[in-house]
Amino acid sequence: MNRAARLAGLFLVLSMVASLGLAAVYIAGGQPQAEGALLAVSLGSIGAALILWGKRILAGPNDVEPREPPSPPAEVERAEEAVEEGAERIARRRFLVRLLGAAGGALGVALVFPIRSLGPSPGDTLLVTQWKRGARLVTDTGEPLLATSLESGSIVTVFPEGFIGSADSQAVLVRVDAANLDLPAGRDSWTPEGNLCYSKVCTHAGCPVGLYVQTEHALRCPCHQSTFDVYTGAQPISGPAARPLPQLPLEVDADGYLVAGGDFSGPVGPSFWNMP
Amino acid sequence: MIVRNVIEGLDERLHAASFARRSLRKVFPDHWAFMLGEIAMYCFLILVLTGTFLTFFYVASAEQTTYRGPYTPLHGQQVSAAYNSVMRISFEVRAGLVMRQIHHWAAVVFVGAIALHAIRVFFTGAFRKPRDINWLLGISLVVLAIFAGFTGYSLPDDLLSGTGLRIAYSAVLSIPIAGPWIAYLIFGGEFPTHAMLSRLFVFHVFLLPALIAGVLGAHLALIWHQKHTQFKGPGRTEGNVVGSSLWPRYTLKSVGLLFAIAGVLSMLGGLFQINPVWFYGPFDPTTPTSPAQPDWYVGWLEGSLRLAPSFEPHIFGWRLPELFIPGVVVPGLFFTVLAAWPFIEGRLTHDTQLHNLLDRPRDNPMRSAVGAAGVTFIGVLTLAGSNDLLAYLFQVSVEGMNAVMRVLLVVGPIGIGWVTYVMCRELRDREFHPVRHPERVALRRTAEGGFVTAPVEEASRDAFAHHPDDRDHDHHGADDQQRGPEHQPAGKDGDADPERQWPG
Repeated sequence: MNRAARLAGLFLVLSMVASLGLAAVYIAGGQPQAEGALLAVSLGSIGAALILWGKRILAGPNDVEPREPPSPPAEVERAEEAVEEGAERIARRRFLVRLLGAAGGALGVALVFPIRSLGPSPGDTLLVTQWKRGARLVTDTGEPLLATSLESGSIVTVFPEGFIGSADSQAVLVRVDAANLDLPAGRDSWTPEGNLCYSKVCTHAGCPVGLYVQTEHALRCPCHQSTFDVYTGAQPISGPAARPLPQLPLEVDADGYLVAGGDFSGPVGPSFWNMP
Repeated sequence: MIVRNVIEGLDERLHAASFARRSLRKVFPDHWAFMLGEIAMYCFLILVLTGTFLTFFYVASAEQTTYRGPYTPLHGQQVSAAYNSVMRISFEVRAGLVMRQIHHWAAVVFVGAIALHAIRVFFTGAFRKPRDINWLLGISLVVLAIFAGFTGYSLPDDLLSGTGLRIAYSAVLSIPIAGPWIAYLIFGGEFPTHAMLSRLFVFHVFLLPALIAGVLGAHLALIWHQKHTQFKGPGRTEGNVVGSSLWPRYTLKSVGLLFAIAGVLSMLGGLFQINPVWFYGPFDPTTPTSPAQPDWYVGWLEGSLRLAPSFEPHIFGWRLPELFIPGVVVPGLFFTVLAAWPFIEGRLTHDTQLHNLLDRPRDNPMRSAVGAAGVTFIGVLTLAGSNDLLAYLFQVSVEGMNAVMRVLLVVGPIGIGWVTYVMCRELRDREFHPVRHPERVALRRTAEGGFVTAPVEEASRDAFAHHPDDRDHDHHGADDQQRGPEHQPAGKDGDADPERQWPG
């Protein structure tokens, strides 16, 4: 027996031992690392033995196989005739051919309709959220917030009351020194006591804008690093986002709690073609 | 006697004797580069086996439930039934974790092997006529494999995968005119929906594997029918295949390869953690992940989104959503050019010939340059997909990193392509192999004790000229045939029709 055959035999024995070990580990309750390693030895050893067998033990001269050359022109012509002859016989019934085409087209149109069942019409769902005038801002534990609940420079994720966890209504409440604000025209009354609220859905690809860089008064999206300036109405200052985060107008209700003054200043989340 | 009876029985019913004989004698080339596609095929087999196991435990439902399993940090947390079932596979099903990790590793290696196989086919010109159809099937498999991988790692409903799905939804939404409708029809409404996990599940365990199996079957059938390409060498012509016959040598080697790959994947799955969803936590659309990295084969798409400038023009009053170009057009265009390459190259070089002998990359500097540029382009985008980690590594700002990456994205492919072109042209024209035969010079000592070098003369070079890689064999003259130590199998099938011949 030559060396390659001995080695292949050794591998097969090794594989058997590992397989028995694998069974033992499984019976003993399982252990992922041991399972993986033993399985690797069982499988890999069989692989090694077979490859040795194929490459070394059966080593020999190369085998050669001829290739089928392309068909001669006469054969191609005969095939062409066969196709054309059939097509010609069909085409003779021009009236039927046209009807068949029309019937196929109609069936195609009819078959498209079940696809319509797969989802609702977008309608205006992409344009609106659950925020309504007077909706209280609550944290993810449901606590309403006073205009003085936040320290200046801090941030909290808020939802409209009754819609905690809502993906499109999620917003961040930031409190800053109102003197620093440079908001777009018409938003001066949206920030009672320096409380500002922006949509938390990034206008780039829709990730939650969850990082607040206090020193730069910037909201940052962890997915693609779009950065928005809180002072200027969440205008994008770096990264790929092209639109500012929509702002939520804020008011204070009779009990002193922060409430929405209406829906966001624009549609939330990533752009679509007919977004206003 | 048993064999005889079986074959006789099969032949009576299926007329299979001649097919069996020819099939068993079918010759497969021995070059290692031909193994890459085989690795991908075997990964698919392992994916189906391990995936079937996982299917028995996975629950494709977004229904909320309270986690009560053995992983204490998540105890009492609200999680989806899908996440809960993946936790159960990982911590409670015996051998579940190793199966899950082998499955994920196999997916990573699967797409990797496909990519390397496509690169090999590209650089050696194996895609040329008559194999251009098979190239199209192959490119479809690349796309299907990426979708299969993406839908697969979205299933656990963990924080990372949910964020990835969110981005995919946004990219679909960005398609002009049809975007919102397509997104709503695929996801069943505005993201996140209750339906999306069960839909992904159908895609991942039925539609995509069935499509892959079908296209892969056609891919293999074409290879079987057209026979493999081969590199140039003594005895190898346009009209033959030289290598190991299917039975018994190639069978042993190939089945051995299957076991070896399964072994390597088991090792990875057992010892190297992948996608630890318990660290990421369950998906919550209001919680961000950072740093978020997708599986490697999605990295280039992520990089494309990260590098795109903040730019959203209005055209005729309608928005061109900014995700559309980096998220839809860039990958779409890339795959279109890739798929069309055999036809583009054929048109550019006026090549209408059939090719069964492969080029070395140097034989076609222009193609190699384009290939190198393409690989660099995807490489830079993939790096850009980790721009936050790179910025942290080099202690620069993410914005600075992006600026560098944008320059690299343009300069890199052009530069690497140009260098590749020049190198290939030099290698081709000088017929110089950087490893096998260095330039031969004679070193002579002069009477005065100094040394002079002189190139070896042509006559003495000829002694080396018949290396298998030499260009002498580019023409397939009659003297090239059957010069090597090959033997013709006993049952030679070449029919003697004088009309049917390979161009000499």
